[in-house]
Amino acid sequence: MYGKGLRSLSLITAAAVALTLAAVFFWAPNDAYLGFLQKIFYVHVPLAIVTLCGFVAAGLMAIAYLRTRDERWDMRSYVAIHLSLIFGVGVLITGSIWARGAWGHWWVWNEPTLVSFLLIMLLYATYQPLRFAIEDPERQARYAAVFAITAGAFVPINFAIVRLAPAYVHPRTLSNISGNLPGRMQVVFYLAMVSMTLLWITLWKFEMTAKHVAAQLRQLRRLLREDDDDAPARRSAAPSLTQVGRAS
Amino acid sequence: MSADPTEQRAPRTASVVGALLRAQLRLELRTFESVPAMWLFSVTAFVLFHFGLNVTQLSANLASGVLWVTLLLAAMLVINRLYLADAEQGGFDGFLLSPADRGALLLAKVLTLLCYLAAVELVAVPAFALLLLQPPLGQTLPALLGVLALGDLGIAVIGALVGALAIRTQARDLLGPMLSLPLLVPVMLCVAGATAPLFDPLRAGAIPLRLLVALALYDAVFGLIAFALFDFLLED
Repeated sequence: MYGKGLRSLSLITAAAVALTLAAVFFWAPNDAYLGFLQKIFYVHVPLAIVTLCGFVAAGLMAIAYLRTRDERWDMRSYVAIHLSLIFGVGVLITGSIWARGAWGHWWVWNEPTLVSFLLIMLLYATYQPLRFAIEDPERQARYAAVFAITAGAFVPINFAIVRLAPAYVHPRTLSNISGNLPGRMQVVFYLAMVSMTLLWITLWKFEMTAKHVAAQLRQLRRLLREDDDDAPARRSAAPSLTQVGRAS
Repeated sequence: MSADPTEQRAPRTASVVGALLRAQLRLELRTFESVPAMWLFSVTAFVLFHFGLNVTQLSANLASGVLWVTLLLAAMLVINRLYLADAEQGGFDGFLLSPADRGALLLAKVLTLLCYLAAVELVAVPAFALLLLQPPLGQTLPALLGVLALGDLGIAVIGALVGALAIRTQARDLLGPMLSLPLLVPVMLCVAGATAPLFDPLRAGAIPLRLLVALALYDAVFGLIAFALFDFLLED
């Protein structure tokens, strides 16, 4: 069974997200300077961290693909990048709202974290076009893995280099985020971190299950029609599992 | 040469790289496909910048940005074509049939790009100084050459990897720049920051050394990544 444990995982995630939201709105104190707006921080920062970790995880899954040549690793890597891209759009939007509220501008070039994140999104935005441009499924998986590993390494290096740039030696506006949060805020932040990670994992598992079920369904239909046409129906950026039935 | 002539041995990587590089440069010398196009492109880009920005002489920051954006975009022209002959005229097949180490091809392509970029800069940098730069380059030339070398290495390493990634896809003309430009932004950031003080007429600022160190590290890391992953791009 592919979707094993999915129900309990979903329930736990829903509970964690609900608890986090309740804590953010009713328990965490309002920021003295930014007031209510500061609460977007509990969404924005965990979302960004989870997105970046998702990209790096996709790189590791791609390494596993190149080592084992098991197409399920390719699928995992693909779903991870896909999901992180969606989360990343959320990061850019929440970041913009926060920047507008805190600094008065929708976009701030001298905030290195923001700029690095945009670069990473620009790079990963080419992942699907790259896959789509390669017809042969095996080569598609291989080239996508090479991309995922290169880009996964680019994520931390890029952050380090952008921070070095001369225009950015301003005092870090956000330096107090990770360091010295007051007690309650810190608790809520870690809670938000946990539930955002759970949310990512749950969605990833949902998508993997959906892909797997679709592949099984395709195989059953093929058996019913009794033809051996193994070719995928149309060109796609998404990998398709051909060996179905093995447990993941 | 092997001491025992009956023993079949893989050729030394250095000699393979040399042979591939010679072949590539000879091809360029016979067809003049890439370098003259880059010359023309960069000079035209300088003229475009002159009219687009509506200035006759650029301030230091702007000058360094204009020079590097031009070089980067000129490099895009060849990155797309770097593996064209290998993909379309059987170069990959021939190379894979030989016992040579596959990394040799990557190394040869990096060196080829370095040669092309050096050839382009031989024309583009004097043209740039003549057309858009206020102070004469003179004294700062050695430092500029150093920055150019490090920047070129970054462009060459990433270009050689991305070129191989994009060449056998259906939208390679688009994918090449789309994949390589985000990867080259950190290079751009370092070289532009390091070049700007050189173009300052007052010679006020020193070159930020940490940028050059960061750039060298970036080049090295992506060189290793490209070397580790290149094999997987050549499997079929």
